Amino acid sequence: MIAGANLPLDLRRKRSWRSTKSTLMTLLMGAAVVAVVIPLAAVLWSVISRGAGVMFKDFPAFFTAEVPLISRKAGPGMGPAIVGTLLSTGGATLIAVPLGILGAVFLHEYGGGSKFAKLVRFMTTVMTGVPSIVMGLFVYLTWTLRFGYSAFGGALALACLMLPVVISSTEQMLKLVPSNLREAAYALGTSKSRTILTVVLPAALPGIVSGALLAIARAAGETAPLLFAVGAAHAYNPHLFTEANTALSLQIFGNATSSFVAAQDRAWGAALTLMTLTFMLTLVARIFTARFALKR
Amino acid sequence: MRVETITPTTSTNRPNLPAGSSKIHIERRSSPALDDTPVVFDVEDAEVFYGDFRAVRGVSMKIQKNQITAFIGPSGCGKTTMLRTFNRMHDVIPGARVGGKIRYHGVDLYGPDVSATEVRRRIGMVFQKPNPFPKSIYDNIAFGPRVNGVRSKADLDVIVEKSLRAAALWDEVKDRLRNSALGMSGGQQQRLCIARTIAVEPEVVLMDEPCSALDPIATARIEELMRELKSRFTIVIVTHNMQQAARCSDRTAFFTAELDSKNDQRTGVLVEYDITSKMFSNPADERTENYITGRFG
Repeated sequence: MIAGANLPLDLRRKRSWRSTKSTLMTLLMGAAVVAVVIPLAAVLWSVISRGAGVMFKDFPAFFTAEVPLISRKAGPGMGPAIVGTLLSTGGATLIAVPLGILGAVFLHEYGGGSKFAKLVRFMTTVMTGVPSIVMGLFVYLTWTLRFGYSAFGGALALACLMLPVVISSTEQMLKLVPSNLREAAYALGTSKSRTILTVVLPAALPGIVSGALLAIARAAGETAPLLFAVGAAHAYNPHLFTEANTALSLQIFGNATSSFVAAQDRAWGAALTLMTLTFMLTLVARIFTARFALKR
Repeated sequence: MRVETITPTTSTNRPNLPAGSSKIHIERRSSPALDDTPVVFDVEDAEVFYGDFRAVRGVSMKIQKNQITAFIGPSGCGKTTMLRTFNRMHDVIPGARVGGKIRYHGVDLYGPDVSATEVRRRIGMVFQKPNPFPKSIYDNIAFGPRVNGVRSKADLDVIVEKSLRAAALWDEVKDRLRNSALGMSGGQQQRLCIARTIAVEPEVVLMDEPCSALDPIATARIEELMRELKSRFTIVIVTHNMQQAARCSDRTAFFTAELDSKNDQRTGVLVEYDITSKMFSNPADERTENYITGRFG
């Protein structure tokens, strides 16, 4: 009665243009992944292969010794640069992250569609596109000319760079907090400010931390803003506000552009140190935010 | 069955009556106990606007203490909109405006000195979709009391246990109070939201279709819970489920949407408001009857 009823049931995948297209696209996506991973791996490999030798030849000394005054002499180290990077990046973080979060809270929770909020949002977008060397010049003119070189000048320049990134990423995260969480808090008799502090910000925290980390990692590698503000020191300077300092990025720049092989080696070591530092920072922040996440 | 018994009396009698007198010959079977409880909300000609759009108009009703009042009606008839006027939840929606008078124990809820925060502390709300905070079960319940100044751990422990017991959730979660509330089932999450609401000891609990996202078993548990909570709280519930209104409410209000021919907008109106048993057996208005017998909506 039924046509083909005595044929075995065929559930095998049919060859068709659709399945060919699917295979083709899968291959294309695989190729795209490879294209992205290759440069990343190449950078990692060249920095590790050329930096690790320098770093481990004088193992603890590379991280502790002062930068040699005569750059053609071989030997460690990067101690003052590590301290300088921590000072200027840390200072920038302390300035830009709280300000950025407060700014984003204003823009999203209080400003709404007001003219002032729109202006601030527009300026933030503009600031994201300002070249970092312009930030360096700005700080040089407003701060360094008056108060001299210091890690704090570098912190100011880096903070200018980080601020728009922190504001816009935090605002995006606040937008993602579902409105029914706010309603739940309001329905319990919670004021708006308390709702933001106890419900909205904690719910957005992992995203806010990720955005801030991205900004910090970017700032830690910046050279141009520091050139004018930090100066060039070879010895340790643990003071944030006084005297010229140095930074890993400045040392990479200075040593890599030198004609001496010993200096170039130190640049590779400094590059690996900077990468390790950024990696460790990310790791610590991830562990920190994971502690806020609850068990399911 | 119900259609057959009701239709002859109403459809044959009503056309002969003068307009507006359809309620005259209907016997009031309200039990005195239901009428004796004090009035919590006295609504007088309330209307709600979203910008230029009038969502609800001309609602007048009294909601009484320690009763369950159900709002029923088709989608878009303003049930939820009306419910949200009782704890000023429209304040957070830009452009929303409430007109008319809504008095809570005689005090105008929209008076100049009234704080929405104070209002919401006394008039809690459970939402359509369970919305626990992304915090632990314990912190969800303790949130409201903490906001209201309860600091001591011992006091909070007592409140958390009491609220979870009242919401019939304690035995299920007592060993995992520190776990995330998001790991619970939908029905548990909704009971957690009820527990969270009653933890601040409100007088009124507003429920906006609390069971619409739940299966029949979870729904039955919530309904049972509502009947238990009635002695302590005044409950107003919006529901799409007529059986639910018939099963657990003392009074029922039927809303419907009327089309305004001038601007082609649909505005919600209160059609009929009475004791539930009467609404479902002998409604005064034809529209109510059509709705509850399933002829429309």
